[in-house]
Amino acid sequence: MTDIVTAVVWLAGSAFALLAAVGVLRMPDVFTRMQAATKASTLGLGCLLIGAALQMGDFASFIRAASIGAFVLLTTPVSGLVIARAAYFADVPLWEGTVLDERKRDSVRATRGGLSAQGNNNEGFDGDLKER
Amino acid sequence: MLEVVSQTTLATLGVALIVSFIRLVKGPTLPDRVVAMDLIGVLVVGLIVVLAGRSGVRATLDAAIVIALVGFLGTIAYATYVERGDPQ
Repeated sequence: MTDIVTAVVWLAGSAFALLAAVGVLRMPDVFTRMQAATKASTLGLGCLLIGAALQMGDFASFIRAASIGAFVLLTTPVSGLVIARAAYFADVPLWEGTVLDERKRDSVRATRGGLSAQGNNNEGFDGDLKER
Repeated sequence: MLEVVSQTTLATLGVALIVSFIRLVKGPTLPDRVVAMDLIGVLVVGLIVVLAGRSGVRATLDAAIVIALVGFLGTIAYATYVERGDPQ
């Protein structure tokens, strides 16, 4: 029984890891690549950890696997956010199919008069994307 | 059965490592390479975890913890480097 669950979980985990790698290879943009890399790899590593903890069947190794999982769950979003910020401020080009750049929209709105302009939504901001 | 499954898992993780290494070599900008390097770190942790579950040696999981920690610190360092630009 344990072996069957371990086999299923390991196969699922390695499939998610492969999907993350293929996403990083084939996505058109730094930000979309990062979305594939962070989410799918976290899920894949979680599945692999569950399988390893089941296979070892030991309390100490279970605690270790759980701590690795908690650490990865905490740090992957942080590193993704930090890389995204750095890439955005380093003027890495967005994909040409990008529909909305919320950071640019908000900064433009703030310079145009702050809160009073907030009801006007985002008319005309699609054109601003081309300027980056 | 589990022997075949663990070998398949290791082979799939190896293919994933190769694929993300292609992005590491190709990547047009530096943040692309940082993302690929981060993914490679997570994949190596997964590989070590599978090896630990296969062999039953508990100390291997400690190595996985250390690699996860060092990979996170390396990513943060790369990101500060990219954000600041070249040190003058």
